[in-house]
Amino acid sequence: MPIRRILIANRGEIAVRIIRTCRELGIETVLAASEADRDSLPARLANRTVCIGPSRPTDSYLKVETIVQAALGTRADAIHPGYGFLSERAALASLCEAEGVIFIGPTAAQIEAVGDKLRARAEAEAAQVPVVPGAAVESVSEAAAAAARIGAPILVKAVGGGGGRGMKRVDRLADLPAAVELAAAEAGAAFGDARVYLERFVASGRHVEVQVLGDGAGGAIHLGERDCSVQRRYQKLVEETPAPGLSAALRQALHEAALRFVRRLSYRGAGTVEFLVDRDSGAFYFLEMNARIQVEHPVTEAVTGVDLVAEQIAVANGDGLRIKQADVHPRGWAIECRVNAEDPEHDFRPSPGTIREVSWPMAEGIRVDTHIAAGSRVPPFYDSLMAKIIAHGPDRATAIARLRRAIADTRLTGVASNLAFQACVLDDAEFQAGGVDTGFVARMLEAGPKQMKARHG
Amino acid sequence: MSLTAADVAEIMRLVEESHFDEVTLEVDGMKISLRRGQGAAAAAAAVGVDAGAGPADGAAQNAIAAQRAGTAIATPAGPSSAGSAAASNPNAKDVTSPLLGTFYRAPKPGAPPFVEVGSRVEEDTVVAIIEVMKLMNSVRAGVRGTVTEILPADGTLVEYGETLLRIKAG
Repeated sequence: MPIRRILIANRGEIAVRIIRTCRELGIETVLAASEADRDSLPARLANRTVCIGPSRPTDSYLKVETIVQAALGTRADAIHPGYGFLSERAALASLCEAEGVIFIGPTAAQIEAVGDKLRARAEAEAAQVPVVPGAAVESVSEAAAAAARIGAPILVKAVGGGGGRGMKRVDRLADLPAAVELAAAEAGAAFGDARVYLERFVASGRHVEVQVLGDGAGGAIHLGERDCSVQRRYQKLVEETPAPGLSAALRQALHEAALRFVRRLSYRGAGTVEFLVDRDSGAFYFLEMNARIQVEHPVTEAVTGVDLVAEQIAVANGDGLRIKQADVHPRGWAIECRVNAEDPEHDFRPSPGTIREVSWPMAEGIRVDTHIAAGSRVPPFYDSLMAKIIAHGPDRATAIARLRRAIADTRLTGVASNLAFQACVLDDAEFQAGGVDTGFVARMLEAGPKQMKARHG
Repeated sequence: MSLTAADVAEIMRLVEESHFDEVTLEVDGMKISLRRGQGAAAAAAAVGVDAGAGPADGAAQNAIAAQRAGTAIATPAGPSSAGSAAASNPNAKDVTSPLLGTFYRAPKPGAPPFVEVGSRVEEDTVVAIIEVMKLMNSVRAGVRGTVTEILPADGTLVEYGETLLRIKAG
């Protein structure tokens, strides 16, 4: 039975993005919105909007039963969870399975397999995918023994964490006990799971991830990789595809490792396998798998011409993989920058408020994914992402130049934004040379906040 | 055999008079969990039709928590929602839905509705139930008065904050 109506259990730009594809496919949309988002752009674009609860995510977007009830009550055939919120909660996928609602994503068992870092690591090892040297620990004394084996510097991570939350870097083994105790306490409070694990910190690493699509029966293809090394405190700021400066052999090895991992799981739907590439040795290690559509998926769409949301829906609908690996021919270069309502001059603090005026760029090779128009509100309850500007061109230099002009052409008043900061990233000589490591933004901020202000402030 | 609204009310009264804080009762496929609140009049009830599985227990407990949070929001008479009715009549009060779910006017199919237009209600009178995934959350009047209007049709989806009933206070 084909999917005719989809409930979107998300907000912001990704809700708009999903609606866009649904319209293209002739699928009706129901938006499940919190009180703060009743008048948002996606609420106006959807065929119907139902208010699922108060503004706080725990009272609305994170309520599994309410979301499924909303789907049943509006006779939606399927739920698209977007990213964040419930997208990687096995509880939503399994309740959908029990109630006969199609979950547009992997199975609950697959979400569980990749959501727990320890299990994901074991799956990676079983699939002959290299992992960073490390160990799970349950006590400070265990941690000391493991750390002696692994060697400093060490990264302490929450087993149940994600998106960089709950991570601590330890440079001296003497500081390890305190860091482990703090990480365990924080992880317990944030994720309800106090387990931590230690792994070797790669001094100069790049974040390279592979976009995959699986049919749920062991078949899978990849759609190339993305480099997301431009990060601040593990939050991605600029993403591009292909990853600059990788040898053909390394690129192929990354793609094949990602496919081994997802085939082993008989993964269903769209997903991303993240790797850490050691800039010094060229070795790569599995980091984690994201079992959802990613924020940065548009760069992959730009170079491959594949609508990833449409493919997610097709797989969920039982159509399998409509694209063969041999049909994937990435063309040119694409770069995305995230436009966040945050103030780089005040340590990137969030800047919620009402948009007074906004003018998004329109030019050759430019795509803007956004839910922000004049009068839109940026509520304080959710993440600060306002838009993604994606530039596509025949080569990297052209894509950078187009994105740089697009940023200059953007007018946005009413809230602070990171646009000037993003322009600095694109202007930076090291970034332009390509292949920066994940320490790039921190070094840039240390070196020249004044310079940045002088040029763009 | 199954429980009627009167039976449930009677059970609630017994719990209230007892020294127990919590009661879980299963009768013929219907499960009732009652827990005494902190306040004297706050004995909250959640009635769940047993899905036949073990974890229903935990789910019912969650429902109580959710339902209490819900009533806490609904009881102060939703300043935003009360606006429309209050504008025309200072004594009119809207009862809004504390959560998204299926609106039911009666405790079970075929049973008499909790209230009709013209019914007298007290603040803690149950006026409707909202079902969220087989868990029943009761909605209370929140004000003493007379029901003047019942808006959603029985068995339809209502949104969070949607007006369910209008009550003329007094």
